[in-house]
This record gives sequence, structure tokens and C-alpha cells, in this order.
Amino acid sequence: MKDTPDVSGLSVEGARLTLGGTPILRDVSLQVARGEFVALLGPSGCGKTSLMRIIAGILSADAGVVRIGGRDVSGLHPAERDVAMVFQSYALYPHLTVAQNIAVPLTMRRLSAWRRVPVLGGLLPGSRASRAAIAADVARIAEPLGLSGLLDRKPGQLSGGQRQRVALARAVIREPGAFLLDEPLSNLDAALRVTTRREIVDIHRRVGAATLYVTHDQSEALTMADRIAVMQSGEILQVATPEVIYREPVDLRVARFIGSPRINLLEAEVGEDAVLRVGGQATALHSAARGAVTLGIRPEDWVLEEGGLAARVEHTEFLGDHALLHLRLGATVVIMRSPPGRMPHAGECLRLGFDPARALLFGPEGRRIPAHQREPARV
Amino acid sequence: MSGAAVSGARAASRQGHGEALGAWLLTLPAAISFALLLLLPTLAAIAMAFTEYELGLVPVWIGLENFRELLEDRGFRRSFLNTIIYVGLVAPLSVGLGLALALLIEAGARGRVFFRAVFFLPVVSLTVAMAAAWQYLLHPTIGPVNTLLRMIGVAGPAWLSSSDTVLISLAAIGVWENAGFNMVLFMAGLTAIPRELREAAAVDGARSGWARFWLVTWPLLGPTTLFVVTITMIRSIRVFDTVAVLTRGGPNKASEVLLYTMYTEGFTFLRLGYSAAITLVFLAIVLGLMWLQTRVLDRRVHYG
Repeated sequence: MKDTPDVSGLSVEGARLTLGGTPILRDVSLQVARGEFVALLGPSGCGKTSLMRIIAGILSADAGVVRIGGRDVSGLHPAERDVAMVFQSYALYPHLTVAQNIAVPLTMRRLSAWRRVPVLGGLLPGSRASRAAIAADVARIAEPLGLSGLLDRKPGQLSGGQRQRVALARAVIREPGAFLLDEPLSNLDAALRVTTRREIVDIHRRVGAATLYVTHDQSEALTMADRIAVMQSGEILQVATPEVIYREPVDLRVARFIGSPRINLLEAEVGEDAVLRVGGQATALHSAARGAVTLGIRPEDWVLEEGGLAARVEHTEFLGDHALLHLRLGATVVIMRSPPGRMPHAGECLRLGFDPARALLFGPEGRRIPAHQREPARV
Repeated sequence: MSGAAVSGARAASRQGHGEALGAWLLTLPAAISFALLLLLPTLAAIAMAFTEYELGLVPVWIGLENFRELLEDRGFRRSFLNTIIYVGLVAPLSVGLGLALALLIEAGARGRVFFRAVFFLPVVSLTVAMAAAWQYLLHPTIGPVNTLLRMIGVAGPAWLSSSDTVLISLAAIGVWENAGFNMVLFMAGLTAIPRELREAAAVDGARSGWARFWLVTWPLLGPTTLFVVTITMIRSIRVFDTVAVLTRGGPNKASEVLLYTMYTEGFTFLRLGYSAAITLVFLAIVLGLMWLQTRVLDRRVHYG
């Protein structure tokens, strides 16, 4: 879908970065189309924030090209890149009021250095009109974010959620070509996070910029993003829609990172007859590969069936609408999302099968390998 | 039941007394040394300021006579004015220089520790010893400063022995002494400013370092700057050692300063009462500055 680079959005090609001998980014490329919301998802320390700072121009890469709106901005100062950023700490100016904070990107661009001087600058010709226009823009941005009543406060007098909205307002006020958000929800409490997700997506739709959203929280990425870029150890492993990332991960690391509870991984083997066996027991899958492979089954893809793999319930976690069963299967413990209806209890023995259409097979290097269903009949 | 409660309360109050006593006992050493070393001498100096007292004689109470004499004493007025000029030169220059050095060192990629040590050296070195070096540097005939000036065809003045330049020369030494100290204070203030704020300023359109300085650094350094300004003023009002070693208030009282006048009145002419009156004036100025600082600090330059 996005094979041809979109000239009007945001793109990074071949970004490399090494800090103090440690590779941070290894040849990273990423495209975000105009109006698209891409989540850059990865564990902390995977290089996602560095990539974002390179796009903003705060950090310079060892190699690579950054394009915003089709323009090569690699060597340009952050101010000249047509990019806005929301920092994890919000980075509001503590000595300025909310209105002044939101206005900074406009005052920096529309007013000359002399006109920015307090009091005296206001006396210069043309200053008054520009300032009135800026105040009108601030009011226009502040209103839908519910900041109208707070414009005269200082950031120190605001709650975390309000500061967050001020940071968003400051970022979008000059309608940037690229909109970068660095873990913007990580300093909010759980309840506020869910409502703020919606607000951020709404703002993104209004602004229509190419939005890159850095997070380590998969639920944020899955719920908000048009596409997710999964990053690990300085590499982007897969870029796809949330559904594809979840259902068809190309790499074992992606499969392991996405999904809560985590995907169950079983050691399995493909014999000369192409049949996949788990613990010596034949399954409904076959593969062109031979030898040791890893079988991945999501907790909701287990089924109970006659003649399946023998498993004993170790303990159960009741979660309201469903329960999680921790089952001992040979040497490993797997997690199963309980079937509706009867709740098994600890110590009980179950026969487990899985949905072969949803099972994932990974080769020894962790790459996904194709698996085929043998016959309509199951194990 | 109620009897038990009453006795319990009594026990608690007894325990409270015990605790208070313990607290007093624990603070006693500090309280005694504070009284002996600070409070009593200060009170004695204040009392002495209202007497005529020469060492070995019985002090005579003369009320405000000393202060009346101060007002008419041309020597004291000169010394008061010189101190103001000295502070007026040293405080802004050393604060500005300290800030500039701190910004340059912070912005520099390497040599941070080296430059910090170099500029901090004057603070830890002995002023009296350094004064000898300054005397050589500023010597009218063999000093390197005037030698350099001669090379570009300018006849340098007699820095320390001409009444036109002596105060400026002393102020220059004062700036050299204080700038390193201020630099360290500013560097501490700078590290307290989150780096993300400067990055946000860059993304928000503050293109030049200058624009970022006015948007972020200068306002957020406010509390540091205020502290540095007051501490420098207080430090430079106390100027004494360079004057005592290099000029002895001369030539012709052109470099008399408050503390040096106090010293000569007290220890050369042995007029301890008069000297105490000068001390009181000095104390009033320092306290005034401190009061100003705390007031402004509480009012304006606090962000919380």
C-alpha cells in the first residue's frame, strides 16, 4: 500500500546513528503519509526516541535522509523543518502563561526579535496588529481543547492532563507538516490516558499532518494508529496495520512484543512428511520447512478438543468477562483465554487443540514461515 | 476510666516536658556558640558604636555623636562613595562575565572541566599572594600591561598609584576574583534548566542561540541571577585585602573603602567606638541587601 514514498508526508531513509560505539539506529527507513497516524512502538531503549529526535532535527544522524512535505530537511535547523513536537515531559515554559506558551511558535515566526522584547516591542509599528492576530489564533486553538478558562495560568498551576493539552495546542497551532509525539501519555494516570487517546486522534484528524507517535504501550499503538512500526534494537521489524501486526507478524520478536497476555511459544518439529509435531504429537499443520521450529498460539486461539495435547490447569485468573488459564503443557506453561461457559478449576486435566488457521510458525532465525492446514479434520 | 485518662494525659505532658528539655540540651552547644561568637560581639559592636572608646580607657557613652561625626567626615564620605563605585563596577561586570563564561563552557563540547578549573582558580587562590602578581602586572614601567600598551603606542597610566585609575584597577582585580565564583553558580543554575526546554524552543522556532537564550535560559536563570547579584554585591562591599596590600587606601584616599577606613580608625588610630559606628553602617547595608533579595525572591522570580 505504501510502497511508493508519499512526497507530501514524512519520510526517513537509511537513518543510522551510533553513540559512543553503541549502534542506536541501524539503517532505519519509515514513511508516514500526509494525514496518516503511525505509531512507532518498541521497548524502551530501542532507539525510537532517537529516531524521532532525528526527524525533529534535535539530534543529527550519522547517515540518512529526512523528508518532510517532500523537501529534504536533513541539514536544516529544527525551526526550518515544518515540524512540531510534543515532548514526554511536555517541556512547557514555566515562566510563561498558558496563552504565551501556546503562542510561542507564532511569536517566534511572525514577530521580529525587536518586537518580541517585552513592553518596548509592543510600541513598534505593526506589533499591535500581529499580537492581536496571534491572540485570536491562540483562542481558536484553546477553545476545543477546553483551555479557554486557563489561558492566564502558569503551567505550574495546571494538572497533568491540562499541561498535556497545552503542549498539544502549542504543537498544532502553526499547522505543521509533520507532527511528532514522544510518549505523550506516559505521565498521565490510567483513566486520563484512555480519554486523551481519543483527543489526540481527533487533533490529528483536524490538523491532517503526517503524525508519528512514539510509545512503548502496545494498547496505545493498537487503538490509535493507522499503521504501527514495531522497532527493536535499532531496527524497524515490521510496519503494518494493527490487525496485520497482531495476526500476521513477520518476526518472532514482533509476535512476542504484541499481544497481552503474550503469545504462547512452543517448541515443535516438522518431520520429513512435512507434518508439524508438538511433543511428538502430530498436528493439523504442515510446512515446507524441516527440523525444529517455533509454534506461536495466541491465548484466545486455543480450543478444547478430544485427542488434543494433554494439559493440566495450574491456576486461573478471573477477569470478569473471561478468565485466563495457566496450563502446564509438558515442560512449558501456556496461557489460554478461557472458553465461555464452564470455568475449569486448578488440577483439572484438559485436552488442548488450536485453531490452525491462526497458528503462527517461526523458523530457527525467528522469521515467520508459511504453514498450511493439512485437512479440514483437526488433530 | 476517666482517672486513667487524666493520668495518661499527665504522663504525656511529663513526657512532653522531657522532650522539650532534651531538645534544649541538644541545641545547647550550638546556641552557646551562636551567642558567644555572633550575638554578643554584634551587640557589643552596636553598643560600642554609641561610645567613645579607646583601647585601655573606660568607654564613655556619647549617644549619636559618632554618627554625626561620620556625616561630617570627608574621609568617610569619600570611602563610602568609593565603595559604591567599586561595587557598581565589580557587581555588574563580574556577574555578566560569570554568566558569559558559564554559557560558553556549557556550550563547548570539550575542555569543560579544564576551563571551569581555570576560571575558578582566583576564587581558591590567596588574594594577598595574588596581589603581588597584580602589582607586577600593573607596574607602570616593568609591568606587562603597560609594556603591551607601549607596543601599540599608548602610554599606560600608573595603574595603582594614580588617583584617576586606582579604583578602576582595584575593580578589575575584583572582577577577576569574583567572575569565577559567579561562573560556578551560573553553571549550577544552567544544569537545573531541563534540556528539553531548549529543544522545545528550537522546534518552536527559536532559530538562533540568542533567541533561545531570551526565551528559555535567561528567564529560568532568574532566581540564580538574583542570588548571584546579591552575593556579589555583598562580597564586593567587603573589599579589603587588595586595598590593604596594594594601595593602603591611597593615593590621597582615592582608594579608601568602608572596611579599610574601619580598619584604620580601629587599629591604627585605636578609635574603637568610631570604628564600630562604621561597622554598623556596613552591617546595615549588608542586611538591607539581604532583605531586598528575600523580598524580590518571594515576589517575582519564583516559578514553583
